[in-house]
Amino acid sequence: MPDRIISFGSRRLPRALIGAGLGAALLVACVPSARAEDLPVIKLEMRDGVFVPEVIEVPANTRFKLEITNTGKSPVEFESAELKREKALASGATSSIVFRTVDPGTYPVFDDFHPESKATLVAK
Amino acid sequence: MIGAFVIAFREVIEAGLIVGIVLAATRGIVGRGRWIGLGIVGGLAGAALIALFAEKISDAFEGAGQDILNASVLIVAVLMLIWHNTWMSRHGRELAGELRAAGNAVRTGQSTLAALALVVGAAILREGAELVLFLYGLVASGASGAELQIGALAGVAVGALVSSVSYFGLAAVPTRYVFSVTSALIIFLAAGLAAQAAQFLSNAGLITVLDRPLWNTAGILREDSIVGRVLHALIGYTDRPTALQGVVYLGTIIVMIGLMQWSAADKRRQLRTA
Repeated sequence: MPDRIISFGSRRLPRALIGAGLGAALLVACVPSARAEDLPVIKLEMRDGVFVPEVIEVPANTRFKLEITNTGKSPVEFESAELKREKALASGATSSIVFRTVDPGTYPVFDDFHPESKATLVAK
Repeated sequence: MIGAFVIAFREVIEAGLIVGIVLAATRGIVGRGRWIGLGIVGGLAGAALIALFAEKISDAFEGAGQDILNASVLIVAVLMLIWHNTWMSRHGRELAGELRAAGNAVRTGQSTLAALALVVGAAILREGAELVLFLYGLVASGASGAELQIGALAGVAVGALVSSVSYFGLAAVPTRYVFSVTSALIIFLAAGLAAQAAQFLSNAGLITVLDRPLWNTAGILREDSIVGRVLHALIGYTDRPTALQGVVYLGTIIVMIGLMQWSAADKRRQLRTA
């Protein structure tokens, strides 16, 4: 989508900026694709503001994948301010967040679309 | 109802404040309504597409697809804001002056309009995708009553209203100063967006250095409070910035001021030799 808009102004936009933009796109395209399969997967279910489990145990200091499924009827948004992560999911959707390294500790998480909801993520 | 209202409201103001500043920054340039309108429509269409393909995007690049997309969109917006401010430090005076209708700036102004239309599109695309998902979910689920839907729509309306206050506030600034004010606002806006982009690249695993927090001001002002979110949208406030975010934030400010100084000096040289 952004690409299409760029072309509108490209005639006059300075080449340096276009170049930088292309550079960024290339950088993105060259991301090494590797080993998704051997990542530990932690499953989390979110249902209309309820987290299952309410205490999410994850491995510390290693890569892992948090696979979130929205089994409720309303959209949810997994969010952690401390971990600086968020992910919105439509009803019935499954999606994941890959964490690179999480320091050992306890982190509060919440569902941004259900303001009263709370859970904790524990990295060991 | 209050919950739906608050969620819709805060998603709207985050993008809306950016649109307000951009509109104020393009005062006097012919055709801005068309360009900014194009940016808004393009951004909304993009947000709908992202919401539609949310799962596919997330799974791309080993689960880093969403982070990489967010970072790319933000980087484009930052580059366009840098370009705008550089251009403005050259042509701002012509626009603010009497001769703006006849000035060269009116013609060349189209390029900066295109750049800012992209910024508007990027802002709406990023913040809008979540809102689209939320609103669509409310309607589609059928689980929610009309009360919730009214709450959400009222949130959108009030969010747009509050955003327009930022525009009218800036519109009240005398023409002589308005571009100085918007340029300053845009420097902080760009720095904040650049710092967010850096965090997304860090989340994606593309940058793995300087990831320790510099400080924690969550006890004073939480980033997810309304005031925190407004400051986040305007100047990139975050309650736990990483060292990387700090470096990128300051770096963006320095680069922008440097380019603006250079551009203004270049203009003065040209006038002298002419």
